[in-house]
Amino acid sequence: MTDIAAPPKSPRRIPWDSLAVFPFVLFAVMFLFLPTLSLVGAAFTDRSGSFTFDNIAGLFTDQIMAAYWISIRISGASALLGALIGLAITLAIIRGKLPAGLRSAVMTFSGVASNFAGVPLAFAFIATLGRLGLVTIILRTVFGFDLYRSGFNLLSFWGLTLTYLYFQIPLMMLTIAPAVDGLKKEWNEAAQMLGASQWQFWRYVGLPILWPSFLGTLSLLFANAFGAIATAWALTGSNLNIVTVLLYNQIRGDALQNPGLGAALALGMIVITSLANIIYLVVANRAERWMK
Amino acid sequence: MKTNRFWAWLVFAIGAAYFIIPLLATFEFSLRMRRGTYSFDAYASVFADPAFARSFTYSVVVGLFTIVVGVLVVVPAVYFVRLRMPWLRPFMEFVTLLPLVIPALVLVYGYIRLYNSSSLIPFTGSALGTDILLTCAYVTLALPYMYRAVDNGMRTIDIGTLTEAAQIMGANQVQIIGQIILPNILVAILSGAFLTFAIVIGEFTIASLLNRPAFGPYLVGIGTNRAYEPAALAIISFVITWGAMGMINVLGRFAPRTSARTD
Amino acid sequence: MTQDFLSVQNLTKSFGNNTVVKGISFGFGKGEFISLLGPSGCGKTTILRMIAGFERPTSGTISIDGQDITHLKPNQRQLGMVFQAYALFPNLNVGDNIGFGLKIAGMPAEQRRARVNEMLKLIGLSGFEKRYPYEMSGGQQQRVALARAIAPRPRMLLLDEPLSALDAKIRVSLREEIRAIQLDLGITTVFVTHDQEEALSISDRIVVMNAGNIEQLGAPHEIYNKPATRFVATFVGQLNTIEAKVVDVAAKTVAIAGQTIQVYQLPANASAGTDTVLTLRPEVLSIGARDGNDITLTGTIADVTFLGSVIRLRVALGQTILSLDTFNDQRTAPPTRGQPVTISFASKDLLALEA
Repeated sequence: MTDIAAPPKSPRRIPWDSLAVFPFVLFAVMFLFLPTLSLVGAAFTDRSGSFTFDNIAGLFTDQIMAAYWISIRISGASALLGALIGLAITLAIIRGKLPAGLRSAVMTFSGVASNFAGVPLAFAFIATLGRLGLVTIILRTVFGFDLYRSGFNLLSFWGLTLTYLYFQIPLMMLTIAPAVDGLKKEWNEAAQMLGASQWQFWRYVGLPILWPSFLGTLSLLFANAFGAIATAWALTGSNLNIVTVLLYNQIRGDALQNPGLGAALALGMIVITSLANIIYLVVANRAERWMK
Repeated sequence: MKTNRFWAWLVFAIGAAYFIIPLLATFEFSLRMRRGTYSFDAYASVFADPAFARSFTYSVVVGLFTIVVGVLVVVPAVYFVRLRMPWLRPFMEFVTLLPLVIPALVLVYGYIRLYNSSSLIPFTGSALGTDILLTCAYVTLALPYMYRAVDNGMRTIDIGTLTEAAQIMGANQVQIIGQIILPNILVAILSGAFLTFAIVIGEFTIASLLNRPAFGPYLVGIGTNRAYEPAALAIISFVITWGAMGMINVLGRFAPRTSARTD
Repeated sequence: MTQDFLSVQNLTKSFGNNTVVKGISFGFGKGEFISLLGPSGCGKTTILRMIAGFERPTSGTISIDGQDITHLKPNQRQLGMVFQAYALFPNLNVGDNIGFGLKIAGMPAEQRRARVNEMLKLIGLSGFEKRYPYEMSGGQQQRVALARAIAPRPRMLLLDEPLSALDAKIRVSLREEIRAIQLDLGITTVFVTHDQEEALSISDRIVVMNAGNIEQLGAPHEIYNKPATRFVATFVGQLNTIEAKVVDVAAKTVAIAGQTIQVYQLPANASAGTDTVLTLRPEVLSIGARDGNDITLTGTIADVTFLGSVIRLRVALGQTILSLDTFNDQRTAPPTRGQPVTISFASKDLLALEA
């Protein structure tokens, strides 16, 4: 986009440019850069104010490592499942020759569901699959299948993962829909003219084209789940010690008896989510290049 | 392609079941308050609770302030960066990516450490100060969405050409933004506004750690004490979010489009 | 007459209440280059897509080399297709794109490579096999698309407005290249276009279509010199129309702008005193009298457009405006507006078309 020639500057001209961007920059500094940097700094500072690696070292206890590991596992599981299921549904809606209005309704619903996290979501799943939940009761009375006796428990790793899917799947759908849209029908037609079956088209052309976007969105979903706290707090409380719950308790009441350690915890989280997002950006860029 | 459509319907049906059944179960649960029969007692109880009205109002007010501040921060910046300072664009994109990378939990931790009562800018030293901090935190959370909405809106109407046309006719900067740009991106702004609203209404983490009487903490508190009201609240909160999203969709139809070249 | 290689019988296609192709029949021999020519919406692309198998005919049959393919799936028909938007697979390089059909057919890698190189040589892009579509120009991509379609040795080649997305210069050179390759390989080809110059320059025969019907089928010079209907005459090439009043049917005289002339043929529904329309191509008009031209009219120059080697004149004869081209004479100045001028043509050059 070409720059517009600005009107000739007179000596007392108001610097509109700087004035306009100033609030934005101020916000970025005050509410993004400074807080983050202060935490990063605090992670390397001990109680007396001098530089130390002790806080980082303190992360390597059983409890904290276990917390990170559970967080990574839940984020990974909900991201992978969310990505696969989300892709399947998106393909079904966009390319499955379903009624036209369905897509718009589903996408609006996805917008709502991707925001429907936290306490209401936890309640909803308790009401569905909790011990006295609707589906649990129906399964027992109508199908004679006792869900909880067979080992399932909503307040567990898989219960939380299942609940996370409620906002992961829609997020996947919203993010990957443009890429699926970008699958031109001519590619499918060209492949057919060259003798390919539908399966062969997806295997050699369709899925490879979607692969970068899929991978990128997978990373996005991972970061999204990793930073989530409200749903886990409401559902599994302190039963499942994911790293966000740990940090939450620390902020609330200094549960770790060590502010420096809390900062290190936060730093660890930032590193992991940043890594996931860097992967997303790199991969998304590669996908753009092909689609010109 | 018949089998194709069968699989599509099957996948869609399973997906729909996963998403609708919890809502149905919650709704059904919320109707069970009165023993033996279905009733809206839980909803009545919720609406009658003064804490509900208080916390909901609080969140709505904070939401409105968040929207206003968000617009004031984002719109001028996007306008001038698009028009005169395209070199700042990567910076803006990076900034608006940060709230998605850094979890809200970590951000609020940073705020508490940085802006507590013994620091330079003691936001948390007073109730009003904390309210302001909360608003700013929400503006930050909603930044990616507000930015994307406004940026898309400005791209669609090609503000460059509009500004040139207005300048040739003698308009000054304020007139241009106020009378030409703003009306045309109103729909985009409203989209961003509704998204912001949806985020603010349901937010729990920041509000609870900053100890503010917002809707999110209220929902959690109810959960520990009552049985049926939480379900009713879950439905209410879902309907509100749906309403906000639905408005964005409706607004999309009124968005101005030009046939001009877009970048 | 040998059996047609491509035979289409009573082909009809309706979308709901809208009938886009209305009972079309035609046949072509092996190795022919046929163009389907017509304006947007005339049904030509629909016919092509029915031949390819992407649209199912509402009724009618399509046969290739004696085999009824009407109900076969597209990937069973062994045809090659080139699309307007190139449709190269973006995740595969040029070599893999061209070799795609061969891979599907199970050809071993060594043979594939040899065939791909053969194709690259044919389209003049040897050495490009590692490139990706996004690294190439439109013209190059379309040539790769052509190679991809031909590599599996299909029995027929279908081209759906393959040149429309390209720059004017490339359009001309690429269409000649396509024709050269087609003649070289002897492959039967169906080419859809809305550009009459394209169709005229490279086809063996042209099917002119309008609103779902065939207006005329014939070789390029037949279509141009002897248009069967008013539509064909106006769509292919330029056409002048002169309003005239019939004076005497037996003597075949009409009155044009106050002058009475004799034509060699009147439309069938003519009667004395009625209005009729005479048509002629711009190139049969000459300035001034000329041997062999038995009709002379006088008028005034309404417009002059200097195009370099050619001067385009618009001449007013009363209410009628005729368009004619004349070569530039470097020694004299071009005519000016308002100048009186005499034009002449041979009456046998008039095209008698229905009004």
